[in-house]
Amino acid sequence: MIPVSYFFILSILLFVLGIIAFFIKRDLITMFMAVEIMLNAANLAFIALAKAAGSPAGQVIVFFVITVAAAEAAVGLAIIMLVFRQKKSIKAEDMRLMKG
Amino acid sequence: MEMFWLVPLIPGASALILAVFGRWLPKKYVSWQACLSVFASFLISLVSFFGLLKLTPESLPVVKTLFRWILAGRFSADFALQLDSLSSVMTLVVSGVGFLIHVYSVGYMAHDKGYKRYFTYLNLFTFAMLILVMGANLVLMFVGWEGVGLCSYLLIGFWFEKHSAASAGKKAFIVNRIGDAAFILGIFFLFLHVGSGDFRVINEAIEAGHIAPALATLVALLLFAGATGKSAQIPLYIWLPDAMEGPTPVSALIHAATMVTAGVYMVARMNLLFTLSGTASQVVAIVGALTAIFAATMALTQNDIKRVLAYSTISQIGYMFIGCGVGAYAAGMFHLYTHAFFKSLLFLAAGSVMHALSGELDMRKMGGLRKYLPLTYPTFLIGAIAIAGVPFLSGFFSKDAILTRAFAQGQYFIWALGIMGAVLTAFYMFRLIFLTFFGEERLEPHAKEHLHESPPLMTIPLVILAFFSIVAGYVGLPVVLGEKANFFNRFLEPVIHPGHEAHLSISTEWLLILISVAVALCGIYIASVFYLKSPQTPHRLVARFPKAYKLLYNKYYVDEIYNAAFVNPLVNGSRLVYDNFDLKVIDGTINGTAATTGFAGKVLGFLQSGLVKDYALGILLGVVIFLGYLLF
Repeated sequence: MIPVSYFFILSILLFVLGIIAFFIKRDLITMFMAVEIMLNAANLAFIALAKAAGSPAGQVIVFFVITVAAAEAAVGLAIIMLVFRQKKSIKAEDMRLMKG
Repeated sequence: MEMFWLVPLIPGASALILAVFGRWLPKKYVSWQACLSVFASFLISLVSFFGLLKLTPESLPVVKTLFRWILAGRFSADFALQLDSLSSVMTLVVSGVGFLIHVYSVGYMAHDKGYKRYFTYLNLFTFAMLILVMGANLVLMFVGWEGVGLCSYLLIGFWFEKHSAASAGKKAFIVNRIGDAAFILGIFFLFLHVGSGDFRVINEAIEAGHIAPALATLVALLLFAGATGKSAQIPLYIWLPDAMEGPTPVSALIHAATMVTAGVYMVARMNLLFTLSGTASQVVAIVGALTAIFAATMALTQNDIKRVLAYSTISQIGYMFIGCGVGAYAAGMFHLYTHAFFKSLLFLAAGSVMHALSGELDMRKMGGLRKYLPLTYPTFLIGAIAIAGVPFLSGFFSKDAILTRAFAQGQYFIWALGIMGAVLTAFYMFRLIFLTFFGEERLEPHAKEHLHESPPLMTIPLVILAFFSIVAGYVGLPVVLGEKANFFNRFLEPVIHPGHEAHLSISTEWLLILISVAVALCGIYIASVFYLKSPQTPHRLVARFPKAYKLLYNKYYVDEIYNAAFVNPLVNGSRLVYDNFDLKVIDGTINGTAATTGFAGKVLGFLQSGLVKDYALGILLGVVIFLGYLLF
């Protein structure tokens, strides 16, 4: 039986990896993937806790997160595609129309 | 008779139709509708008048409540129209003279580009004036009172592209506001103490003695202050001479025959209240007498034909107020009724002269027009004889009734002022006649080219009005000829209580009549000496008394005094406040707020870089700080 703390360490590692990738990468698709990794890091923590506590609540939340992430992926990719058509680029720093 | 409530509504409906659909209606149709609506009113008034004769005084007034108009707590007012002998006289005058002036206007305004607008206003005026005289409570009367004021403003400024006309309209409106403020205060006081604005309720309260004399004085003076504005009496008469900027038929209808006499009607309507207060009545009589003579002296030196008539109107309304002030309300109303005929006749005839001379107003550029204007001249002459007080014409009977009553009440000072005014009236009217129709021709060449008598549409109303100027007086013969002779007074008795009449001996009455006749003829004689026999006399007089002439010619500098005392301080004060408070404080506050907000936006704007990563960094920092707070 693997202790719960191992899952937590893996989850934190994945999350930090996601944050680092989000900040150092420039193109939108990679940044998008970094966000997905962060989401799944959180999912892993939920599953581990659900298993340890013997309660299904954590698993239910994970289903919601997966559903929302799927929807988000669809919308996000569509936006990226439209941005690319307009700007011929998917670099995040090319998009600063909202500069105050 | 039952239809009497339609009297104001028909011209009102016509005005509404013309205002909404006027631009699509043909000109001919507009003329017909405008004239016929007023004629229909006149016919109904006439039928109602004969119906009224059959009724007993107890069943008066006939009131028709159309709907409840205002209801707020203790305050209520109905849209109710009433008919009694007083309003019947007024509706006959307003719709009858109004109809003739409508017809005249069809000819006079034929080539004006504002033709349809003109008739809309004229119908609207007739509606408002009829509401004023038929309203069964003070509130509805006030609606009519303001309505005629509005129409007066619109019609004085009818040719608004002319600067003088536009400012004359404003002047009339603003001066009237001053009187109206007092008028509405008077209405409020009555409401406060009687609890109703209904004339019947007010009269019952007065008869039952619920109104203290002090309150009666206050209310009567406030109401009279309103009347001085509307009826152009001292001190608020200054707007009427300027009102002559409007089209001439308007001057005839509004500023001679009907609207300006609304004040006299109102005082006669509230005669119980005024009788209750001796002080207020005395004030009315004195203001009337002073105005009568003051305005008459100003008319002496004017060269503008319409301005002479305007001052004459002010002076004649002064006579009506003398009548009301000495308790002879019926005589005052009688003068109102005869004055409506001869003064509108004079104005319309003056309009006909102007029409003939391509708009010339200056009498110094007229003269000898007698032979060119074969219909205008005799009608003008009849009007002048009537107003001068020559026996057997209407003006004689009414003016004499007022002055005799003033004498009988022991108001000798007021009687003397009235007699002096009568001399002046005869003089300036015949000065006008002699300068315009007699003597050598002093026409401008271009005016002479187009010299022509007016079309029948204009001359027929003149002839009808001339006829009434002669015969209208015979319904109110002097008491000397028998108690029953004065049909007019007996007709008004249900509304106007004759009160205690001091009786004069027959010889005194005849003597008074003789004096009136003598002064009238004397005035005419002096005018004929001055302007026919030796035309140098006026110039010699002017050279002899240059200061007096200048004072009169400049109308006692009253306009200048008012400007210096009221208008300029107000304008300068407003400018001061505008420069210092409006521009600096109010505008400064608003501009300051905007500048501060803009500056704050600029400062905070650098946070919004537009880069997603910067925002994400913000979120991350927030989370770190939040976690740090939770954990440690």
